[in-house]
Amino acid sequence: MIPEIGHYALILALFAALIQGTLPLAGAQRADAAWMALARPAAGIQFIFILTAFLALMHAYVTSDFSVLNVVNNSHSAKPLLYKISGVWGNHEGSMVLWMLILSLFGCAVALFGGNLPPTLRARVLAVQGLIGTGFLLFMLFTSNPFERVFPAPLDGNDLNPLLQDPGLAFHPPFLYLGYVGFSMAFSFAIAALIEGRVDAAWARWVRPWTLVAWCSLTLGIALGSWWAYYELGWGGWWFWDPVENASFMPWLAGTALLHSATVAEKRDALKSWTILLAIITFSLSLIGTFLVRSGVLTSVHTFAQDPTRGLFILGLLIIAIGGSLVLYALRAPAMKAGGLFAPISREGSLVLNNLLLMTAAATVFLGTLYPLVLDAVGGGTVSVGPPYFTATFVPLMVPMIVLMAIAPMLAWKRGDLAGAFTRLRLAAAVVVVIALGTWYLKSEGPVLAVLGLALAGWLFTGTLIEFSGRLKLFRIGMRESLRRAAHLPRATYGMTIAHAGIAIVVAGITASSAWQTEKIQVLRPGETVEVAGYIFTFEGTQELQGPNYTIERGTFQVSRDGAPIARLFPERRFYPVQGRQTTEAAIYTTWFADLYAVIGDADGEDGRVTRLYHNPLVPWIWVGAVVMAMGGAVSLSDRRHRVGAPARRRAAAASARA
Amino acid sequence: MPKRIAFIVPAVLFLVLAVTLWWGLGHDPSIVPSALIDKPAPAFKLPPLEEENPGLSEQDLEGQVSLVNVFASWCLPCRAEHPILMRLAEDDVTIFGLNYKDKPEDARNWLGRLGDPYSQIGVDLDGRVSIDWGIYGVPETFVVDSSGRIRYKHIGPMAPRDLEECIRPVIERLKEQGPGLETVELPASCQGSKG
Repeated sequence: MIPEIGHYALILALFAALIQGTLPLAGAQRADAAWMALARPAAGIQFIFILTAFLALMHAYVTSDFSVLNVVNNSHSAKPLLYKISGVWGNHEGSMVLWMLILSLFGCAVALFGGNLPPTLRARVLAVQGLIGTGFLLFMLFTSNPFERVFPAPLDGNDLNPLLQDPGLAFHPPFLYLGYVGFSMAFSFAIAALIEGRVDAAWARWVRPWTLVAWCSLTLGIALGSWWAYYELGWGGWWFWDPVENASFMPWLAGTALLHSATVAEKRDALKSWTILLAIITFSLSLIGTFLVRSGVLTSVHTFAQDPTRGLFILGLLIIAIGGSLVLYALRAPAMKAGGLFAPISREGSLVLNNLLLMTAAATVFLGTLYPLVLDAVGGGTVSVGPPYFTATFVPLMVPMIVLMAIAPMLAWKRGDLAGAFTRLRLAAAVVVVIALGTWYLKSEGPVLAVLGLALAGWLFTGTLIEFSGRLKLFRIGMRESLRRAAHLPRATYGMTIAHAGIAIVVAGITASSAWQTEKIQVLRPGETVEVAGYIFTFEGTQELQGPNYTIERGTFQVSRDGAPIARLFPERRFYPVQGRQTTEAAIYTTWFADLYAVIGDADGEDGRVTRLYHNPLVPWIWVGAVVMAMGGAVSLSDRRHRVGAPARRRAAAASARA
Repeated sequence: MPKRIAFIVPAVLFLVLAVTLWWGLGHDPSIVPSALIDKPAPAFKLPPLEEENPGLSEQDLEGQVSLVNVFASWCLPCRAEHPILMRLAEDDVTIFGLNYKDKPEDARNWLGRLGDPYSQIGVDLDGRVSIDWGIYGVPETFVVDSSGRIRYKHIGPMAPRDLEECIRPVIERLKEQGPGLETVELPASCQGSKG
């Protein structure tokens, strides 16, 4: 009964979304207040129905209702509760329900808190959200019904892919979807603005918090995903340039560009049509990512079950959504008046350069991801794409990006003083020299690029601190006065400082872990020892244990350094009998400056074991940095102007663009 | 007027992309994991891992029932699967290896340490041939009959149960009845079975 309620709720949600997507749009066109007013209740109703469907599906999972095909395929009665819940979105159909839940939640939030938006803009934004929802609900109901029944019901399910039975991956999709779907808000605002034919500072101020929410979630989602890959896939890497990873990374790059250009649109009333285009592109990349993962056009390690009908359906949706909005853009955007003028060397100019670099990087990743497909299409020869391609193209783009990141915040709006900025960055330049020489001295065998990477991280970190202390006039006026200035700085400024410092930490982590990883693979018998980067690993043997729905082989390593014990590591191999699959659980000990990482493999037939031991310097900094970045975003989100200033379309805005 | 044209560029670029994706949907053999089942193996020719050995091409697949196993030294599930391959090799099953996006020295190292179950190995450095085979993760294993047709595909590492319930029965039946065998019936627990 409950699954049928869920199915029915989806159908009702489709009707609510249809109403939300059509009548308010027409109402805004004809200035019909009653039709426009339909948008808000429709958004609320759509959300309630989708929540009902989501809860119905979760009920089926938690109670192990094996008359539902989706539960049979992805769950098992002996599975721990956490993974019964996360199993809801660990499959194609269920993840679409989660996607819709978040989409309708965002729509609902606009309906509830958008009371002070101009009524036509609000009606149009909600209508665009309704149309997106309509497309996805149609897709679900016609090709991916999560509530399909199976008769007779099997006694037990097929279990969730054991690789996905992991706390890191349980929360990875919700964050990722908060990111993808969050960008739909920027998209809806962009389309609404194109229809209205006007973009002003208040518009940009409305777009920014949504983009920030999406950006923070996506940052965390990507970090969680790579962390999972690091400890679960068990070969010490954390990013594989896999199509699925790229699918989440491209919207992140475009979203980062959008975040910065929206600032220009808000503060300087410039770059408006570019900001709109970025909002469209960012969400489009989220949609294309969905298409790539689910259609089977590209193949990857962790794709969902693939189905060409679904692919065709999503492609149709893509053409309508992206093609339609780009045509609308081509028609309407030229009429938008350009805003404030600026010199090439200025805050605006540097943000344009930032956008160019980020979008080029996104295009590079896009090409690399679609390469096998495009190459087939043009019938070309074979060239290798993979980590080598991405390193060769991505790194040269990020180097100027990071150099620029320290300079740009010091340039004034309209016309900046480059010489002045460099004078202020003398200390950062000194840090670069010290780090470069220090690294060279300590690690003379490493690649030259690693010296550059660490020096850049130091440059960015120091530069960010200099810029921040400049705002406080630290050491130039009294301490008390500086603190007073600190208290009055906008939160967005804190956010920027924190996020940029986070990037510096990530850069250092990526550089050191890729340049100086130590790897030792060998067969060890109990009692034997191996030295890895100065640490002595003693293998003490393995034992067999029983988990809730798997059996465990657990190895024990005693790690010591200079005779002093440091840690005991317990890497595991788990065998999931239902799916007949094995997973590896790496054992990691972190000093925060390096990870000691151990994996056990097969027995060699006697009492020896294949073991893989790593020393990964600075690798934890990658995730620490990502969390710092997301925190920066959150702080920026709490800025006063998003809470108080945003709603009021000031009279002054009347002076701005009007097409 | 040239300014207006600039605004059309994104839409045109997307059109190109959409056509490419549509083409990709209808064309790529890797769309359905089972698309190659009962089809002749795609034509390929790969260099060997060690220079003195022969490489691997589709012609090598003809003449005996064989397994084609996609592996890489960086892939831990392959290591989990490795003892099973060794056991099969001891039972005189012909196993061809497709070394996927691997450093040849790593692969040599790996086989040297763990044992080499493969009668011939082809090195797919850039993964091109693996795309033709519809590989979407390592490891994957194909059962190929003596006429060079792909008859069964296993995605992910083979567990002992997969071996006994799915792979071995397919091999046995193909050996007994030859490539003329029309359908290979499998227990419901096997990949790709309809049951």
